[in-house]
Amino acid sequence: MSTDILLYLQIFWEFFKIGLFAVGGGPATLPYLMELTKKYDWFTMEDLTNMIAVSESTPGPLGVNMATYAGFTTLGTFGGIVSTLGLVLPSLIVIIIIAAFFSKMNKNPKVQAAFKTIRPAVTGVIAAAVLGICRVSLFSEAKGDLIILWKSMILASVVLGLIQIKKLKNIHPFLWFVAGASAGIIFRF
Amino acid sequence: MKENNQERPGLFELFISFFKIGGLTFGGGLTMLPMLEYELVTKRKWIESDELLDYYAIGQCTPGIIAVNTATFVGYKKRGIMGGIFSTLGMVSPSILIITIVALFLKGFMDNVWFQHALMGIRGVVCALMINTVINLGKKSLKDTIGWIVCIVVFVLAFLTNIPTVVLVLSAAVLGLIIDFVQGGKKKNVD
Repeated sequence: MSTDILLYLQIFWEFFKIGLFAVGGGPATLPYLMELTKKYDWFTMEDLTNMIAVSESTPGPLGVNMATYAGFTTLGTFGGIVSTLGLVLPSLIVIIIIAAFFSKMNKNPKVQAAFKTIRPAVTGVIAAAVLGICRVSLFSEAKGDLIILWKSMILASVVLGLIQIKKLKNIHPFLWFVAGASAGIIFRF
Repeated sequence: MKENNQERPGLFELFISFFKIGGLTFGGGLTMLPMLEYELVTKRKWIESDELLDYYAIGQCTPGIIAVNTATFVGYKKRGIMGGIFSTLGMVSPSILIITIVALFLKGFMDNVWFQHALMGIRGVVCALMINTVINLGKKSLKDTIGWIVCIVVFVLAFLTNIPTVVLVLSAAVLGLIIDFVQGGKKKNVD
């Protein structure tokens, strides 16, 4: 029993550290998760690879999913809850502190000046990441050649075109996912 | 609460909204943007889409998962510390539930052909939704020539190099302050 409590604390602490040091969101947690595979036998490198794929197809951020998975495989359901809370707690504290300052500071002209260029920069960062995601999803790389996945490409274009129509603009994104999954099954992507 | 719901959502409402966002998004992190935009900007009008960019920028430079950080931010803005906590718990609860179930059947899931087909279809849709989100964010954030230049330079650097996002965002902030300083100097000269 006491070893169990120790293990809970250990898994909480490890994911607390990841939550504290992984700056930049989901992908930034990856190197830390890889380190964990060497340090503990909570999950293997193969589990991690599978998890990345699963995270892409299940709801929720990768880091959170991985924490739940690692906690669950080592200590069951309660372990999953403990590791996830460990991951989230540092940023919860940090963001609440920043948010408290931000709500006072965002009227400061200097802060506004900085955000005037930060916003376009973040748009650029997001656009680059989106391009990366599109490359993986719409193209397949075989022996150095880029092959266009036509079915995915047509689906993406059609959906992008349809969302521009005013009436379809407010459709819940989840419905598009359902449509995409159906198309994938019917046309065997 | 006598206040307008739109202005001051209940803690439970915050929890449910973020539970929905966390539970209905595929891909995590960045791919959550279309869902965040739909739920927070379009539907509930809790924040403006450039606020979403601000939170995202701060989320890039602070520890933790960006989607979770955004939840904390919005929750705090609407209902203070408890709001932040309820939103964050709402965001992570679906993951805990779903992954616990998936962990039981992980191998079988990954090998299933139908599941793979569905996954590929979802990926195509994710691309379309994300391009659309970038267009929407661009409309809000790119208002002048400097903005366009910053955006394009950062886009190229982010795509082609390994410069950490934090560095790109902070450099942009410094540039903004320098531009402000130079323009401020000019204005003083005119006076």
